[in-house]
Amino acid sequence: MTRRALAATIPVVLLGGALGGMARYAVDVLGPHQLFPWGTLAINLVGAMLLALLPAFRFVHRHHTIPSFLGTGVLGGFTTLSAFSEETRSLVHGGHSDLAAVYVVGSLGAGLAGVLAVRHLTTPAERAEFHDDEGDE
Amino acid sequence: MSATPATWLLVALGTGLGATLRFTLAHTLDARWPTGTMAVNVVGSFLLGVLSALALSASLLALLGTGFCGGLTTFSALMVQSADRGRRVGTAYIASSVAFSLAACWLGFVLAS
Repeated sequence: MTRRALAATIPVVLLGGALGGMARYAVDVLGPHQLFPWGTLAINLVGAMLLALLPAFRFVHRHHTIPSFLGTGVLGGFTTLSAFSEETRSLVHGGHSDLAAVYVVGSLGAGLAGVLAVRHLTTPAERAEFHDDEGDE
Repeated sequence: MSATPATWLLVALGTGLGATLRFTLAHTLDARWPTGTMAVNVVGSFLLGVLSALALSASLLALLGTGFCGGLTTFSALMVQSADRGRRVGTAYIASSVAFSLAACWLGFVLAS
């Protein structure tokens, strides 16, 4: 990515991130309020699978800022590792180490399995172009 | 959690800034090993641990916690980057990112308590 392309990408990521963050907040506000963090789990699994699927769409390759807007911006802002870490810490702190273990293993196992399954719908060339346009950061 | 128009704006602003910082660091540091993305995930988890130990107002928590830390860190890129790097590097990347993030979050909470 050239310096000029980088300068053009920053406002795109900022806007996409803001939209993704509001979508995550909507799930926080409207979602279930239970001990187990179902809301963040759903956000992270859906977000990770969508990011793996994005290279399959033709419109994503129409302009070099679309991957960074939708991937790095919207889905990066939507998904979160900090809430995952804090929710795990809080479960352990509250004496629910068993739930914390299920949450960590479930998030990583289902996240990776989902991404690897969805990847089959994309070609190596589509993934390479998406990566070069910095959609996966 | 009370969602006022102001908290929505604070979440949007914080997430936008966090995502921009994440992109800048990943652009600069990510290579075969995604050092930049790993760094923002660990630092963001530490920061949210600190914030969770402090009695912050709903507005500050929306801006810095839900917003900035949420935007700075990413689960989706962690998964996809791992899948792109093959079984050996990918597994090491996920395991170390999550182990350091959980430890950093715990450390931040303890230090700020």
